[in-house]
Amino acid sequence: NLQESESENKLDGETASDSESKSEFGGSPPVPTSDDTPEVLNRALSNLSSRWKNWWVRGILTLAMITFFFIIIYLGPMVLMTIVMCVQIKCFHEIITIGYNVYHSYDLPWFRTLSWYFLLCVNYFFYGETVTDYFFTLVQREEPLRILSKYHRFISFTLYLTGFCMFVLSLVKKHYRLQFYMFGWTHVTLLIVVTQSHLIIHNLFEGMIWFIVPISCVICNDIMAYMFGFFFGRTPLIKLSPKKTWEGFIGGFFATVLFGLLLSYVMSGYRCFTCPVEFNNDTNSFTVDCEPSELFQLQEYNIPVVLQSVVGWKTVRMYPFQIHSIALSTFASLIGPFGGFFASGFKRAFKIKDFANTIPGHGGIMDRFDCQYLMATFVNVYIASFIRGPNPSKLIQQFLTLRPDQQLHIFNTLKAHLVDKGILGSLEDA
Amino acid sequence: LEKRLCELDLRSDLDVPDIPPPTDSTPEILKKALSGLSARWKNWWIRGILSLAMISGFFLVIYLGSFMLMLLVLSIQVKCYHEIITIGYRVYHSYDLPWFRSLSWYFLLCVNYFFYGETVADYFATFVQRREQLQFLIRYHRFISFALYLTGFCMFVLSLVKKHYRLQFYMFAWTHVTLLITVTQSHLVIQNLFEGMIWFLVPISSVICNDIAAYIFGFFFGKTPLIKLSPKKTWEGFIGGFFSTVVFGFIFSYFLAQHQYFVCPVEYNSETNRFVTECEPSELFQIKKYPLPPLFQAVLGWETVNMYPFQLHSIALSTFASLIGPFGGFFASGFKRAFKIKDFADTIPGHGGIMDRFDCQYLMATFVHVYITSFIRGPNPSKLLKQLLILQPEQQLSVYKTLKSHLIEKGILQPSLRV
Repeated sequence: NLQESESENKLDGETASDSESKSEFGGSPPVPTSDDTPEVLNRALSNLSSRWKNWWVRGILTLAMITFFFIIIYLGPMVLMTIVMCVQIKCFHEIITIGYNVYHSYDLPWFRTLSWYFLLCVNYFFYGETVTDYFFTLVQREEPLRILSKYHRFISFTLYLTGFCMFVLSLVKKHYRLQFYMFGWTHVTLLIVVTQSHLIIHNLFEGMIWFIVPISCVICNDIMAYMFGFFFGRTPLIKLSPKKTWEGFIGGFFATVLFGLLLSYVMSGYRCFTCPVEFNNDTNSFTVDCEPSELFQLQEYNIPVVLQSVVGWKTVRMYPFQIHSIALSTFASLIGPFGGFFASGFKRAFKIKDFANTIPGHGGIMDRFDCQYLMATFVNVYIASFIRGPNPSKLIQQFLTLRPDQQLHIFNTLKAHLVDKGILGSLEDA
Repeated sequence: LEKRLCELDLRSDLDVPDIPPPTDSTPEILKKALSGLSARWKNWWIRGILSLAMISGFFLVIYLGSFMLMLLVLSIQVKCYHEIITIGYRVYHSYDLPWFRSLSWYFLLCVNYFFYGETVADYFATFVQRREQLQFLIRYHRFISFALYLTGFCMFVLSLVKKHYRLQFYMFAWTHVTLLITVTQSHLVIQNLFEGMIWFLVPISSVICNDIAAYIFGFFFGKTPLIKLSPKKTWEGFIGGFFSTVVFGFIFSYFLAQHQYFVCPVEYNSETNRFVTECEPSELFQIKKYPLPPLFQAVLGWETVNMYPFQLHSIALSTFASLIGPFGGFFASGFKRAFKIKDFADTIPGHGGIMDRFDCQYLMATFVHVYITSFIRGPNPSKLLKQLLILQPEQQLSVYKTLKSHLIEKGILQPSLRV
């Protein structure tokens, strides 16, 4: 197949860019990649040289993807969740296909079925946990859903075990090692792809701004680092990706922080972005309506003396969220690229140019999302640690399943705490 | 290197290099004592003596208490991890990969830190409240764990060396899957332990009993092979082991359920700075009368029987240990065949490595944990309390009001009294 012929032509450690530039200067012949570019674009750009054509194709597709992103945001949380789910499935499919190619394991018995089965199980588990939290009242009303949610963990575990036993029963004499490799490959892929996509959905439910700002920062950092590198790039950054430069890295960092500040400023003004997504039981749809939290209310900040002379103002009105956005952009620029290096190393290790050919000029879905994964986890951990506490309705749920003596003990401790802090007067009618 | 890599990524298992035969780690004393017997009986005796030694060691640790048990579980986890990682090294000839050993141990440390932080914070709530530094660590625990993990991840990316990418990625994946298996399971074992020692003892004993009973039944009555992976297992052993394990679990639970030491959740007493297991035994551990189904009535001649409700649960646990537990063993057998090793290591003479003894236990630990959370207990009260205390004041107030109205509704709280 095509990827195998590519690997035979490449030397270890050579990048796509190396072979591209070699072909320009008469080095080893370029390996033809299957061209997914739509005919329209092909004809429109037919008279440009192949290098500029590639640049244009990438540019147009980038704009197409960004536009698509905006449309989905407009369509609302439900569509976003569905898109995240589709992206997750496509990424899983891409990585598993690479595994098949690497291990020539198309003919392993049951393996494709088992991989998809495990994907289904893990998704069932995670969606069940999320759905139970956010759709609590809906779940309690419908009898079958209530039972499914009460014994959710047990059911998920049983489903997983079935897959596990099927795997053990499917072990075939001469292929043990391959089968174990694929089992390991599947599980690591699930760990990366499925858990991260669920963290993204959790972030989304916290407020669309927690979904949009991180993703945009990563995209902006990609683009800005490329541009800074293109115009000013001189010192190489890391051997893994020879095209990256220190100038691009640092320039991208500052540009992304600035971009994050501006984008947060614009978005914090709108309720539809800053409010947690909730499911309204009466209208059976998602609503984003609330009193904006403190994070999204303008406050006066004193500018440090150093900047006062530069900017000429004594105080500035900002949203507190913008300060958080600096943390998010910093992570996106400094640590996010490591996700990209990891993916580059992976592609070199398995001698592939791109994860797949889904997007013309860009490669597969995984190629676009490799930096996003670390970002999603970071945002989730950040929110859980610094922004919100636990979910009160979830706590009440858990409380209701305790025994009466435990409930009483907790109630009394809580009451003592509230009285202590002066939140509750010592009167009974509080 | 490409050719060597191709050889490693096999289409068939024929060209895997054989690992040299394991060294004999039997202590000298045993060897001298058994020098007169033939090799086969000698092996049988060594296995038997070591089995008894392990079981006695187990009882000793139980006697010493929960804290020692936790330490034991931790040591076993570290040893299992070490065994599996060493196999990975041998398979991939990757002793000379830069940094890799340090990175593997670093990841083990990170994941353990994360899990112990989550558990410790829950169970030692009062202890933690008193110390300022611990409070900080607890509040930002997830963030700190994530930062530690990320450091390891970035080190890995920076350590990628030109000609060894593939090997390094393999070892990275191998490390993560091993962590997933050994560390998460060992923490589930500890969570089960805190629920009550009985939830730790009965499952483990059921698996051990099933091992021994299936072996004995197979020895005396074995005829029909069970699965190609393990040719020594037979259907007779499997079924005989199942019934004996259920009976064993039933009887063993009866004895354990009588003692508070085994039945009570383990709690940390901050005044005496030790673990206590004292409580009012829950309903599960109070004798109830059960009417016997007519079938059993005719056989046994009784109309009702006094049992602990826990004994019914023990039937579920023993069933799982006998029917599904062996799949963990088959998985390990397949793994050993895939990588052409006889045993995981040579730690225990006659038995192999620690992993060889614990391969069936892993699925069991997860099952018990899922079973407890689904059917037995609700969420952990102290964890719930901890989360309530970090809510915003307005949220706390609204939760307080909701709880109050609920308690009054259920009659647990009297509205007229000042509680």
